[in-house]
Amino acid sequence: MNWIPAVAVLVACIFITVARVFMGPGAPMRLVAFDTTNTLVVTSLVVLAIMFDHVVFVDVAIVYALLSFVMTLYVARYIEGGKF
Amino acid sequence: MGLNIATHILIGIGLFFNLVGVVGLHRLPDMYTRLHAATKCTTFGSIFLIAAVILQSLGIWMIEGAGSAQPAMWIRAILTLVALLVTNATGAHAIARAAHRSGEKPARVVVDDLEAKGHD
Repeated sequence: MNWIPAVAVLVACIFITVARVFMGPGAPMRLVAFDTTNTLVVTSLVVLAIMFDHVVFVDVAIVYALLSFVMTLYVARYIEGGKF
Repeated sequence: MGLNIATHILIGIGLFFNLVGVVGLHRLPDMYTRLHAATKCTTFGSIFLIAAVILQSLGIWMIEGAGSAQPAMWIRAILTLVALLVTNATGAHAIARAAHRSGEKPARVVVDDLEAKGHD
């Protein structure tokens, strides 16, 4: 199996979403783009795990997914302007 | 052989939906429609890409037999998929609610029922 084209397309997608993080008007748009970036990074980490045959990449992907979820909730609460 | 063809089909579907989500993130008019496109399409595409990884890992496991390191791979990939499915939906809901409460309006909005009825 050749996984390199799949990873290349995913990395291109990540660059396009990061461009939206820098361009996007307003904080909610940036948060949406960053959440999408996190999903794509987790997916590409899982694909890289089977490409290099290292299980460590999948462990990193699980921790990354859960931490990015916490980050999204905290920034959403910050945008909302409520108490923590 | 058939396993590789199935893996290629899964990768194709997954990359297509990821690309559709990323294009929607740039092409749609306002934040809510972009959230809708980006979250749903990238979640659906990630399901298929991780399913391709799980299928390939199971295939290697079948060839290598007992003593293989592959079960660690596909069990953790399934865990990643479950974590991704739960957190993406919840996070998108939290973003949309926070944006509406902070006063972000949808583009070309005429009637905002959520605002009018008072349940925020």
